[in-house]
Amino acid sequence: MTPRALVLGGLLLAVLLVVPLFADGYVLSVLTTVLWFAYVGQAWNVMMGFSGLLSLGHALYVGLGAYASAALFVHFGIGPLVGLFAGIALAVAAGAFIGFLGFRFGVRGVHFALLTIAFAEVARIGFDHIGWVGGSGGLFLPVGGSNPLNLRGSPTLFYYVILALVLLALVLAKRLLHSRLGYQWLAIREDAEAAEAVGIDLFRARIKAVVVSAALTALGGVFQAFYFNNLFPEQVFSMGRSIEIILPAIVGGVGTLFGPILGAFILTPLGEALTSAVGALGVDMPGMKQLFYGAALVLIIVFRPDGVWPWLARRLRLVRAPGEGGR
Amino acid sequence: MSALLDVEGLSKRFRGLRAVSDVSFAVPQGSIVALIGPNGAGKTTTFNLIAGVFPPDGGRVHLDGKPITGMKPHQVCAAGIGRTFQIVKPFGELTVEENVIIGALARERAVEAARRIAREVLERLGLADQAYRPARSLTLPDRKRLEVARALATRPTLLLLDEVLAGLRPTEVDRMVEVLRGLNRAEGLTILMIEHVMRAVMALSDHVVVLDHGEKIAEGTPAAIAADPRVIESYLGAESL
Repeated sequence: MTPRALVLGGLLLAVLLVVPLFADGYVLSVLTTVLWFAYVGQAWNVMMGFSGLLSLGHALYVGLGAYASAALFVHFGIGPLVGLFAGIALAVAAGAFIGFLGFRFGVRGVHFALLTIAFAEVARIGFDHIGWVGGSGGLFLPVGGSNPLNLRGSPTLFYYVILALVLLALVLAKRLLHSRLGYQWLAIREDAEAAEAVGIDLFRARIKAVVVSAALTALGGVFQAFYFNNLFPEQVFSMGRSIEIILPAIVGGVGTLFGPILGAFILTPLGEALTSAVGALGVDMPGMKQLFYGAALVLIIVFRPDGVWPWLARRLRLVRAPGEGGR
Repeated sequence: MSALLDVEGLSKRFRGLRAVSDVSFAVPQGSIVALIGPNGAGKTTTFNLIAGVFPPDGGRVHLDGKPITGMKPHQVCAAGIGRTFQIVKPFGELTVEENVIIGALARERAVEAARRIAREVLERLGLADQAYRPARSLTLPDRKRLEVARALATRPTLLLLDEVLAGLRPTEVDRMVEVLRGLNRAEGLTILMIEHVMRAVMALSDHVVVLDHGEKIAEGTPAAIAADPRVIESYLGAESL
């Protein structure tokens, strides 16, 4: 990173820190959504971007984190600070199991992705039938009161919590990437056979990637449960949600640290802008917004196939050329 | 000299086809042994059997007296064997230095220590000035050097080189031969190499093993092999002498 990048990054962070002082409820809710996608996109990126493992079922980990923490809160009054450990444990167990099946039996690439979809779908249908957590009728968290430790409070509270999570995930991802494990992941992503030949235990390193990614994602699920206060299996575990989670990283730049963040800052506001645009233009027909959204996605992917961040970072001279930083 | 690598009766079939059958040879500590033979003779399969890419159907491999037969590639690396690939496999999106750091991390826990080793190895292989370039941007000779550098960084006791000289120009061959000879003489590194460039085989190796149709048909000193009628017939060809 160049000094310029530090200054710009610092400015952006300063702006994000003071936004709640000026912004109205709508802007704050949009930014909270942006940051949530930036966070889970970062978590997904640990698997795909760092280790080359394509997961198309990350809604599973979101849902497990959300349901575990919400159920403990609803039924036993156990707060999310404790509940998050249950959520993470559940997601880690699920991730480790999927990883075990995939890596033990040599399920690779798109077939591994299918396996991740299958588990998310099983959870979606399964949770419809678990009466203890409301089944298909949904699970509702009691609202009201103000207790920041229980994530009960104003939208501003949630905004700062998710901002902190994004920063935490960014720092963690950066540290991981420059660790021994991070290098092992990159090696596997680039060439698994060569990675094995330099002493990397593929099975262990890949399992670690899934577990780290699942744990981080589950934390995003805890946040989601307490932010929206309601959970429906059809939404939480849906395929669409899994796709939404991976789009920011793909648009921003798979495998980059700032890609998921930039991608979320592009996509969520784009969706919001299109909603108001089709309304203002009087063409608010069903599917119209999705049509433009899809077209915009296609354009971004066609013109910036490596993601917007690597290009932007070069243009703004935020990274040193070549080989130093940027990833 | 005791054998660092001992290969006994190694066999492998692929769908009934005998790729390697009953191959035995030894690589003495501190030596350079060449494995030669025509295309399809089973040289790379033999390498892969030693390196643990797939288990043999029969036979045993010992490294320094310890059995390594049937180990996974990462365990074989940990046991002390470094290897290169005939078709080079750089970590393309990573820098040259990062490629070699990853090799060094086989024995180092700390990234900074691995970086120091990587710098030394790059210096030795003449790649230091390319350290920060992405590996995919290297020329073929440099990629071959990178293969050797990455394998060396794992600090092997035995280095398996799969045609690291193929496709290089004569001056580049000489340069690589010098590097390999230096490693062998200065650090006592034992090398088993698959090679087609006979000039290099003659110049470097202490001992030559010849494979044909998956079987060992001869072994001996380079001079003896070059004069062996069976080897000339199956591989070298009369005109090459």
